[in-house]
Amino acid sequence: MSSYDIVIIGGGPAGLAAAAAAKREGVDSILILERDTQLGGILNQCIHNGFGLHTFKEELTGPEYAQRFIDQVEELKIEYKLNTMVMDITPTKEITAMNRTDGLFHIQAKSIILAMGCRERSRGALNIPGYRPAGIYSAGTAQRLVNIEGFMPGREVVILGSGDIGLIMARRMTLEGAKVKVVAELMPYSGGLKRNIVQCLDDFGIPLKLSHTVVDIKGKERLEGITLAAVDGKGKPIPGTEEEYTCDTLLLSCGLIPENEISRSIGVDMEPVTSGPIVNESLETSIEGVFACGNVLHVHDLVDFVSEEAATAGRNAAHYVQAGGTLGETGTEIPIQAVDGVRYTVPKKIHVNRMADEQIVRFRVGAVYKNCYVSAYLNDERIIHRKRQIMAPGEMEEIKLKKEQLAAFDGLTNITVKIEEA
Amino acid sequence: MYDVVIIGAGVTGSASARELSRYKLNICVVDKEEDVCAGTSKANSAIVHSGIDCTPGTLMAELNVKGNEMMEPLSKELDFSFKRNGSLILCFSEEDRPNLEALYAHAEKNGVPGCRIIEKEELHQMEPNISDEAIAAIYCPTGGIVCPFGLNIAMAENAYTNGVEFRFNTAVRKITKTDNGWLLTTNNGDIRTKVVVNAAGVNADIFHNMVSENKIHITPRRGEYCLLDKTTGGLVSNTIFQLPGKYGKGILVTPTVHGNTLIGPTADDHEDREATNTTAQGLAHVISAATRSVPNVPVRQVITSFSGNRAHEDHHEFIIKELEDAPFFVDAAGIESPGLTSSPAIGVKVAGIVADLLKPEKNPDFNGTRKGVLDPKSLSEEDYAKLIKEQPAYGNIICRCEMITEGEIMDAINRPLGAKSLDGVKRRTRAGMGRCQAGFCSPRTMEIISRELGISQLEITKNGGSSNMVVGYSKKSIEEA
Amino acid sequence: MEKRNLTCIGCPMGCLLTVEMEGGEVTSVTGNTCKRGDDYARKEVTHPTRIVTSSVYVTGGAIPMVSVKTAHDIPKEKIMDIMASIEHVTVAAPIKIGDVIVANAADTGVDIIATKDIPAV
Repeated sequence: MSSYDIVIIGGGPAGLAAAAAAKREGVDSILILERDTQLGGILNQCIHNGFGLHTFKEELTGPEYAQRFIDQVEELKIEYKLNTMVMDITPTKEITAMNRTDGLFHIQAKSIILAMGCRERSRGALNIPGYRPAGIYSAGTAQRLVNIEGFMPGREVVILGSGDIGLIMARRMTLEGAKVKVVAELMPYSGGLKRNIVQCLDDFGIPLKLSHTVVDIKGKERLEGITLAAVDGKGKPIPGTEEEYTCDTLLLSCGLIPENEISRSIGVDMEPVTSGPIVNESLETSIEGVFACGNVLHVHDLVDFVSEEAATAGRNAAHYVQAGGTLGETGTEIPIQAVDGVRYTVPKKIHVNRMADEQIVRFRVGAVYKNCYVSAYLNDERIIHRKRQIMAPGEMEEIKLKKEQLAAFDGLTNITVKIEEA
Repeated sequence: MYDVVIIGAGVTGSASARELSRYKLNICVVDKEEDVCAGTSKANSAIVHSGIDCTPGTLMAELNVKGNEMMEPLSKELDFSFKRNGSLILCFSEEDRPNLEALYAHAEKNGVPGCRIIEKEELHQMEPNISDEAIAAIYCPTGGIVCPFGLNIAMAENAYTNGVEFRFNTAVRKITKTDNGWLLTTNNGDIRTKVVVNAAGVNADIFHNMVSENKIHITPRRGEYCLLDKTTGGLVSNTIFQLPGKYGKGILVTPTVHGNTLIGPTADDHEDREATNTTAQGLAHVISAATRSVPNVPVRQVITSFSGNRAHEDHHEFIIKELEDAPFFVDAAGIESPGLTSSPAIGVKVAGIVADLLKPEKNPDFNGTRKGVLDPKSLSEEDYAKLIKEQPAYGNIICRCEMITEGEIMDAINRPLGAKSLDGVKRRTRAGMGRCQAGFCSPRTMEIISRELGISQLEITKNGGSSNMVVGYSKKSIEEA
Repeated sequence: MEKRNLTCIGCPMGCLLTVEMEGGEVTSVTGNTCKRGDDYARKEVTHPTRIVTSSVYVTGGAIPMVSVKTAHDIPKEKIMDIMASIEHVTVAAPIKIGDVIVANAADTGVDIIATKDIPAV
């Protein structure tokens, strides 16, 4: 059985950035395990631009952004295996993996970084009634078919879900000659970036119907049409508002779910709100030496933040290994509570003596907030009270906590992050 | 000219075909779909009933109990998944106890072994997640769960290997009497045969009524189901029934042989035999009724839902016999629940009827053993490693949710009566049945089917007919190439 | 005086801009939080442009499609002409990021370039 200091599960943007950061921190024994035929992860099929504004001060397409990190991994001579699926990881960090050439094999890792990304919610999980014909795809699967395989999933398209993937595919399908009839969104607001509404819908005259959902699917063999209905404040279809659309394709962009089969099999504590592992200030899960970053931890909007988060995880994994399997004195564990409009925070807990001088705490809000304040409290003392013109669930937010401030706070027992009205 | 033509390649037709292949007979199974197991056989509760809830003295009761007994040895012979997990029929109030006891009395009459009534405390010890409102239950240890696709496909494959011909995409339009048997007019030419076995599921009355004055009437009775993620697999270990009512056995909550939880079915009569759609009301009813038995059914863990039509005949009884006014026409009609359970026994009965008519010789080459698609996860690690060395395709995972390899998918395509579509691959390997519902594996499975069958990916369908997965290439340059 | 409301697409912030125009000339831009927003607003109302991304068929490569983009933004009204210019194009692997796939696409003076490395097999 071979062994490595750091094994990274996933060679997408998170895994690549984590690997590069760990190597630069001084750890040589690193292995990336990637299941696809190439490094780059989901970016390989995200051929649109808008990536890298923060990281490189340039607007790059997904594959170009990925290549910047693939180049780093190659230059740093970091080892990786492609076409390799991780089957299982034990709590003692023994990895079972498989590929055609090496067969079934085991690796003992001193430290593991989980970077498996996420998957899409399916029609079945949405419980949309109707027939089950061909022509119903999650937006990402359709994206793969068009951008990597060269196939058109269909020619008359309805899209459910106005998250970025749905919006991007509305444009993509239109550019390749399909007619996108409508984008329907359950919520009263779009989940995607405003720039995508402009460039993907407005540019092509594709209507966006907020507070609508698909209530029926027709077609026994291939999709023939769908029924849209308006929904009430609770998301329930309103009888009498049904509209029929003929189409041969339904693309679903209704939520991304971190891919945590492996996280569950190792047995790390999970956060139900994110469906990702609970991590501390070092992005370490409940199992020492197992770190998580990127979409597997919580679904991101901008890959730049994935790379930043992953680099932190990489550095911490390196420190863990270099210190002989520890991140140093634990000290007191301070929980971060997410309340009043804040759905969750990453990290969920902080060991003050282990945190960086400036600790980024990322979070999402549960509704659209206008002219409100992001507030952070140490016990009952408010230390952050920042006005924000607009915050929406579709846009990840962050605050920064100063180690100096937390360390100086006598008797710190909890941190709270919340939204406060004007 | 065939000796026997069987209309329908579901569990009834496939069981009959397999049993008949024990004889030296020229047999053909015709089905209007592109594959076996494409009708009700693929959309049901997957339960092997104990038989307690059949009306005593009926053919249903007799064949249910026989089929239940046959299922375990058959599952070993034909290599499909079966588990005798036991069943519980819940009683929710003392007022209902007489009904519970009346049902319990069937056990002895129907020859169902091992049943007993258990009280609240023992019930909740057995199944901690059952509702507090359940005050008692009948426990039937012989109840089981099966993979319906596995059962159907295994019987069909074994029939095929023993010489039975299968014609798919072949819809029978008309049946006329001839001097020496029957003429079936289909969309794919005429077929002549001595004997017809009518195993046409929801359409069996159509064929019966073409040849007989004693009409039967089948109503498609829709049953909708929700399937829950494998993480819910420990919710219950027995199959949990509710005391049956007028329309059927009620909503059940059951583990599946694959480790999911299944809830359903509804029971609503309608007119459209081909209507396999789910409905908003139906799915809502499944969920609310299931929570009656198991209040904390994790409904947010639904990964898919589906619907199947039971072939409910007016008299609610199996019709398995040669028709009095249509000699050599054998019905296996009205096969609603407990049809799946009874299928092995139905096959034997049908074969017996046909054998009496044709007096055939035994087939000395009959081999009743069949091996399914090899599941490498069932191998020891050493053997699995060796397998990958010999066949690297087994080292390439295609369906990540269910951990299905390229090797298994290739097997599913290349074996007798192999898969030709994505659903065909799905039912033989489970690729696409996991929580992402084929989102990840579809493009990869399409590639494999294309390569193995030597067809363009443009021709690949979800389940035959016009259910093409893609409509064309994204660029004209690819077409031109 | 004409007033137009736009969402800036210069970066993911998506500031809401208000542009005032007189006789086809921009007289004021408000709502932006950076210079790019001002630039974008002026451009968008007078001669809007876009970057177009798509894919092109590849022969002899590890995968069949290479992702491409217009090297610079092109006039918005020429988007479908750009798409037409790659409809029948085939390129042979190996391909490197930046390789010109179609020069001066749709007569815009802008090249269509590869955005992915595709090794030959």
